[in-house]
Amino acid sequence: MFKFLEPNKIFLITSKAPKYVFFIFIVVLSIGLVEALFISPEDYIQSHSVRIMYVHVPSAWISLGIFSLIALLSVGSFIFKNKNFPLIAKSLAPSGFVFNIIALVTGSIWGKPTWGTWWAWDARITSMLILVLFYSMYILAWRIFDKKEQVIKITSIIAILGVINVPIIKFSVDWWSTLHQNSSVNILSETSIHPSMLVPLLIMTAAFSLFSLLIFLMKYNTELIKIKNKGLDRL
Amino acid sequence: MIEEIIFMKGYGLYVWSAFSFTLISFATLYVLIKINLVKEQNKFTVKFGLLNDAEVKVAKAQSTNREILLSRISSKI
Repeated sequence: MFKFLEPNKIFLITSKAPKYVFFIFIVVLSIGLVEALFISPEDYIQSHSVRIMYVHVPSAWISLGIFSLIALLSVGSFIFKNKNFPLIAKSLAPSGFVFNIIALVTGSIWGKPTWGTWWAWDARITSMLILVLFYSMYILAWRIFDKKEQVIKITSIIAILGVINVPIIKFSVDWWSTLHQNSSVNILSETSIHPSMLVPLLIMTAAFSLFSLLIFLMKYNTELIKIKNKGLDRL
Repeated sequence: MIEEIIFMKGYGLYVWSAFSFTLISFATLYVLIKINLVKEQNKFTVKFGLLNDAEVKVAKAQSTNREILLSRISSKI
């Protein structure tokens, strides 16, 4: 099962893909920045500070999505004993971590003009901070432990425990009284954001997704070459 | 017009710093990952150069090894 996910087969694609992904990312990001900074209208209450949404929201979405994917791959590696799943999960972590940091920092910058404070121990913000800690533990575990079986087990446990925090982050604004506003973009219910703001938001989300794909591909290639370097030593 | 873009009715500092932080984070992560990738590629090339003929034959039988060498050449171009 999952033979198409064998590193040797994937590498034929991942080694060539980064340059194309990089080019598309630059194009989409440029369009997104023009839309977000110059074309989209200011908010009638928050004025121009609403533009921070175009970097804050996609970063938060992607960091949550990547962590969920890491947890899913960790469960998959336990069930299917697939050796490539942990490698894919490991390669996804750096971009997820950076997007998590960006979401927290840009949220803090947005909080100052909107709430009058840089930081509040609010349910949404605190749960996002906990996610950063899980990302840090996950990345550090890969660096600390040497034995392959041991590191896969430990990182998988961290990811599976950490993913419990993902629905808490998502529903924190509904479950507790928080400073953070409710979701404006919903898949299952009505979206309350105006199309003039939704379009730049989606373009920026596409750009950020492309960036995380680019980083994933480069990191995956690095990890695979590391393995091949060890293989050359054994020849 | 330009003043409005820069100052954004008093919110310019917040907006520009949020976007700058994001783009600087992107650039930093990209450079760090790229440095590591190039380091591993160089290590691979050096190790491959030290192999004897029989070992080269075995190593080249693997498509990934050939691809790494090819990608090293194409990234130099």
